[in-house]
Amino acid sequence: MHVEGDMEVDYIYTAGIAGERFFVALRDEEKFLATHCDKCNHTFMPPRMYCDRCFAELSNWIEVPSVGAIASYTITHEDKNGERLPEPVVLAFIEIEKTDGALIHQIGEVEPGALKIGMRVQAVFKKKSKRTGALTDIQYFKPA
Amino acid sequence: MNVKRRVAVIGAGITLFRRRLKETGKELSYLAANAALESAGMTLADIDCVVMGTAPDAFDGIHMKADNLLDGAGATRKPYSRVYVGGGTGVFSPIGGWWHVASGLFDTCLVVAEEKMSPCQPHPQTAFRTIWDPIITRPLNPNLVWIFALEMNRYMKTYNIPKEHIAMVAVKNKANALDHPSAQLAAKITVEDVLNSETMVWPVQRLDISPPSDGAAALVLASEDVARKYTDAPVWIDGVGWSLDSAYWTNRDLCFPQYVAEAAKMAYKMAKITDPPKEVDFAEPYDPFTYKELHHMEGLLLAKKGEAPRLTAEGVTQRDGDLPICPSGGLLGVGNPIAAAGLMKCCELFWQLRNEAGKRQVSGAETGVAQAWGDLMQVGTVTVFRR
Amino acid sequence: MSEKVKDLRGTRLSAADLESEDTITVRGRPNAKYAWSAGIAYTKYLEELKNGRIVGRRCRQCERVLVPPRMYCEQCFRATDEWVYVKGTGKINTYSISYLDADANRIKTPILVAVIDLDGAGPGIGILHKLGNVDIEKIHVGMPVQAVWKPTNERKASVTDILYFEPIEEE
Repeated sequence: MHVEGDMEVDYIYTAGIAGERFFVALRDEEKFLATHCDKCNHTFMPPRMYCDRCFAELSNWIEVPSVGAIASYTITHEDKNGERLPEPVVLAFIEIEKTDGALIHQIGEVEPGALKIGMRVQAVFKKKSKRTGALTDIQYFKPA
Repeated sequence: MNVKRRVAVIGAGITLFRRRLKETGKELSYLAANAALESAGMTLADIDCVVMGTAPDAFDGIHMKADNLLDGAGATRKPYSRVYVGGGTGVFSPIGGWWHVASGLFDTCLVVAEEKMSPCQPHPQTAFRTIWDPIITRPLNPNLVWIFALEMNRYMKTYNIPKEHIAMVAVKNKANALDHPSAQLAAKITVEDVLNSETMVWPVQRLDISPPSDGAAALVLASEDVARKYTDAPVWIDGVGWSLDSAYWTNRDLCFPQYVAEAAKMAYKMAKITDPPKEVDFAEPYDPFTYKELHHMEGLLLAKKGEAPRLTAEGVTQRDGDLPICPSGGLLGVGNPIAAAGLMKCCELFWQLRNEAGKRQVSGAETGVAQAWGDLMQVGTVTVFRR
Repeated sequence: MSEKVKDLRGTRLSAADLESEDTITVRGRPNAKYAWSAGIAYTKYLEELKNGRIVGRRCRQCERVLVPPRMYCEQCFRATDEWVYVKGTGKINTYSISYLDADANRIKTPILVAVIDLDGAGPGIGILHKLGNVDIEKIHVGMPVQAVWKPTNERKASVTDILYFEPIEEE
């Protein structure tokens, strides 16, 4: 015999102090911001309020290019319910230039067969009226 | 019992406690942890291991949340573990830290406790829907406050306790909290205010309950040798105890928390305390509800069964009384970000025993006890700190 | 808080702030669904509730009849010995009057809840359930009560097959 149920809770997650500043820059200025730890000489992407290596509080905010190199990618053919997608979707791990970090995002305007590790890609933003302060304010990255 | 070596608390840190904070859980952990390191005069490089206490994942809404919080707690690429016993977690986290150092495996440990209850919509209560046994309890659609009300009623009836004496706990703790900078709900209220406040789940009224909160706290622990290098005022963790009862809370008499007494006995044995009311100078029992402070005073063997309300009415538990209880302002005054609230009590022991508690300072404090409680009325966690 | 520290960190948000577009947030809801197995003991318990009966398991060592039944006694830490039916009467151990529903919403008609020590089950064997058909002013610890069942065709093999417990008319 079984009893059925679910976890019936809704959540609102704050982006936090650093996260909010990052997303506001994406939304309002189409800019990528990072934080730099002077002691460790490490640039965090996405930016963080603290360096987790030396625990310094980070106040050094810098603008970085909205460009990166594909370190790895995958091509998905099914959605999360196992249904076939109308077009395959390419997801990539993109190491952002001038930082020590990366973003995971979609790649567009390129045939899956033409993808290469190391390929340089550029963020394509949605138009301003459609941006909300989320990672999806970037529509995808395209070859630079 | 054969404890290998002495462990001291040499630093403590805390954030504001508020109903909603903008910082992510990671950022809150960082703020408390960094404040604790600064107060100890240490850097992250001096920390050998990290213990995180954080209660249900369902509040923050991040499954396995301790692993998400990890980098904010200073634990990147360090030995890291989470301890978790529901509401008992806050006082259990320094116990977890204690055994890391007492065992000889590590010399220093950063103990962090974090909770964000604000993400939970429409109210953190909703997350509690999932703690009930899904077969025998959930179909009744219980509200968590029911079980506290049932316990409170049993306690009051068994010992004929007037509601006024219970209300005095809220008056005392919210007033004490006026002197605690983190405090969320500090206020000057009267017994009448409590008795006139809205009945939520009789006999529990609005001013009997502590609020849901966001916040974090942290402690730095060190072995005796290392502690003496950093400070000439180490605060010793002289006793630790914990005990759990089964989740079948309808199978025991709710008028006395036996499992808190078992935890207290374990901690007192280690601390060589044989007459608690005489040898304990002040205590921070867990006070998520007014009656719980009294229930826990008795569970901690600081008062005879049914006697705690009378001691409260006589002023014994005020800061200038013979046995100050919750000089911090407790959960009722400072706030209740579950795990961080328990650790806040341990931070209070530390600041009191170092004479750094400012307006909250209790005089002649040598031995302090902190206690937390939780799960389905199941767990007692106790620490004894001494100067 | 140490008097040595002047600067306490944390950025307060109001309820309106959290909902506003000016605060960057992400919304989500776990889509986890569950089918919890009732297990050996509770399956029998639920099946018997559908039949209008309350069944427990006796541990011959401590002599408790455990309701809800358990295949092991958690106190003696041994397997329990036999199924035992109890009458469905008991005494109120403690009770409460709730003006909050499961989501903490305020309700006008209170829900009456109690821990009922069941007759014939042994000391301390109480169950959580609701009270009904009772004058709130008359509820008291020690009050004798009995289970009131849903009509046979409405029972679903659930603890809610008992509607509530009502007072037994005292002679």
